[in-house]
Amino acid sequence: MTYKETLLKSGVEIPKPADEKMKGLLKDLLPKNFSLSGKIWVGFLLAIALTGLYAYTLQLRHGLVVTAMRDFTSWGIYISNFVFFVAISLVGSLVSAVLKLSNVQWRTPLTRLSEIIAVSAITFASIIIIVDMGRPERFWHLFVYGRIQSPIIWDVIVISTYFVISLLLLYLPLLPDLALCRDNISGMKKWKKKIYNILALNWQGTHKQYRIINRSMKILAVLIIPLALGIHTVTSWLFATTFRAGWDSTNFGPYFVSGAFMVGCAGVIALMYILRNHYKLDKYITQRHFDNMGRLLVLLSLIYLYFNINEYLITGYKMKTVEGEHLMDLFTGSYAPMFWLVQIFGMIVPIIVLVFKKGRKPVPLFIVSLFVIVGAWFKRFLIVSPTLLHPFIPLNTVPQAWQHYFPTWQEWAITCGSLAGALLMVTFLIRVLPIIPIWEVAEEEGIQMQIPSKHHFN
Amino acid sequence: MRYVESNESRRKFIKAGIITGVVAATGLGVFEALSDDKIPKTGEKIKLLSPEGKIVEVDSSLINPNTNIPDIPLSSHNVREGVPGKKFVMVIDLSKCKNAGKCRKACSKMHYLPEERSFIKIDRMQDSEKTAPYWMPTPCFHCDNPPCVKVCPVSATFKLTDGIVGIDNERCIGCRFCMVACPYSARVFNWGEEMYALDAERQKQMKGHEGCSSHKVGTVEKCDFCPSHAAKGKLPDCVTACPNGVFYFGDENEDTVTNGDETVRLSALIRDKAGYRYLEELGTKPRVYYLPPANRQFPFTEAKEEKKN
Repeated sequence: MTYKETLLKSGVEIPKPADEKMKGLLKDLLPKNFSLSGKIWVGFLLAIALTGLYAYTLQLRHGLVVTAMRDFTSWGIYISNFVFFVAISLVGSLVSAVLKLSNVQWRTPLTRLSEIIAVSAITFASIIIIVDMGRPERFWHLFVYGRIQSPIIWDVIVISTYFVISLLLLYLPLLPDLALCRDNISGMKKWKKKIYNILALNWQGTHKQYRIINRSMKILAVLIIPLALGIHTVTSWLFATTFRAGWDSTNFGPYFVSGAFMVGCAGVIALMYILRNHYKLDKYITQRHFDNMGRLLVLLSLIYLYFNINEYLITGYKMKTVEGEHLMDLFTGSYAPMFWLVQIFGMIVPIIVLVFKKGRKPVPLFIVSLFVIVGAWFKRFLIVSPTLLHPFIPLNTVPQAWQHYFPTWQEWAITCGSLAGALLMVTFLIRVLPIIPIWEVAEEEGIQMQIPSKHHFN
Repeated sequence: MRYVESNESRRKFIKAGIITGVVAATGLGVFEALSDDKIPKTGEKIKLLSPEGKIVEVDSSLINPNTNIPDIPLSSHNVREGVPGKKFVMVIDLSKCKNAGKCRKACSKMHYLPEERSFIKIDRMQDSEKTAPYWMPTPCFHCDNPPCVKVCPVSATFKLTDGIVGIDNERCIGCRFCMVACPYSARVFNWGEEMYALDAERQKQMKGHEGCSSHKVGTVEKCDFCPSHAAKGKLPDCVTACPNGVFYFGDENEDTVTNGDETVRLSALIRDKAGYRYLEELGTKPRVYYLPPANRQFPFTEAKEEKKN
């Protein structure tokens, strides 16, 4: 008995495309096999990720001594990379929740992209934080001996909750699309079909099912906003709960959250640009999407600028001893080139370019978002490392080598490996899932699915 | 953990010595029974000193350095227990410190650290451009409101009843949050095995003791006020090693501190010499007091060479 027969026998109705329009939609949006460039891309990412994995085995064998971290710079690029991952994962809540709850209609083709970024980033945030541990095999101590007074435990709680809700936000609206994949991908291997079938949870497209999805999505959208604020605020508290120069700031929560929304927005723009060109999605991701996302990015950048001014100008105005030394190191000292490059190209230039309509065309917008993403990564480096080189007790009697921090190749390899791993996860999800929610687009275009649904989902 | 092996083999070695000593003294045939068949006798005699101070001769075949010793912690001392009834406190007299470095050496010896590494640092301080520089030894301050203990996610660092901030190296997950939380940079990390490599010569010199950090790779350590000494009423090694009597150590409950030469009232010392705690404004309430670098015993001289650590 074939699979379809089994289904028919069990009385399951299989949603079928109603007309040619739906067929066109399916042709455009169902997952496609990798092209040659896709395969090269995956190979490239795999090579980087495997190098990182190899470097991690070295670290496991020899300990954190393979890194450039020492007693003073006891947190390095693993931590800044972790903050970067947590930051970029906030985009899921931005598009799925903030835009949803404010009834923004054009967000539909971007929801899945942003949830894919969110889930991948938060997965690798958890991985990289374990990489940073001196005793990764004692990870379970966090659950057995956890002290609720420690910000790390808050982070564990809020990040795992955020991960679950993000996963649900990705998964629930996938159900109708998984059913479409199950029934419409031609020449699919049996086991793949089986997986789609299992994942589709026997989706039949009844009114009741749509109603459940609709309601759950609304609840999740409301839930994810405090959680998103929570994960990045708590991450900022890992720094702000200490006495260190540059971290001892009550501004840190909103400063981190605003920067996170900004880099997340840039992440979606970069991904939607690449996918639009690669999969020829001009019909679905239009100029209007770029223009709107550009406007959103400039708004978020302006908010971030505001918090940067608070963070640097007010501290700089007072120039309190160690705080002042730390700040001068950023402004004019050894970190000045990186600091100004990051501030100018990661924040000022994007604001200037994006306030103009021409700047929000796909190509300039794409380039600007890459600036923002790269800038955001280095910004997090600048938040973590220079501070640790400015402790209260001066470093003048510690070994020269400990007075600087430049990551070793193992640290770079592991960090790049984790970034490649996150991109691989994004690539894999794009390969197996419809990148644009088919059923939502169909809804919007008024295409009747076989089982008509009178609900409107936005 | 090589020094542990050496201690263990040392103990076995002494045990063998005692047994052979007893055997030789009583003249029973147990010796033969103990050493029979398995290991052929070499006939080569080796002289050993028995615990009673007698020189005994044993066959060299009896002396087998045990190379397969399980990796055990230094002691079964409960790291979470303080010494009852005590409140340890330290006073550091900056007017006497001339950066002799003996405290550092004693510390690294006491804690089986490589020579260039210790739990105490001697920092060159200068409060402002015009003020005179001075040397400031900084151990762990064992704060009463310790930021490191607050942030630890697994309670691997904690406050003991005797005032000491302890570390459980069997529980520490190596997140290093305590290191960034400590405003005094008191904590060090076991980055890797090779940073603690001890040469064979030094291993032999080291004596076993209890309650000291076991240098687990991937965990945090710091000055522990030498708890094994403190429990016996002995002074920490940095205190006794200092040639200038910079360090005073004692019990706040008894209100006395001593640097080995003189024993003084803690309250009187702090009152008369304007004692203070470093960065009092942070509210961490250190248990280490400083006496200002006034009326120096030695003129300030820069370190002779760029110090290694």
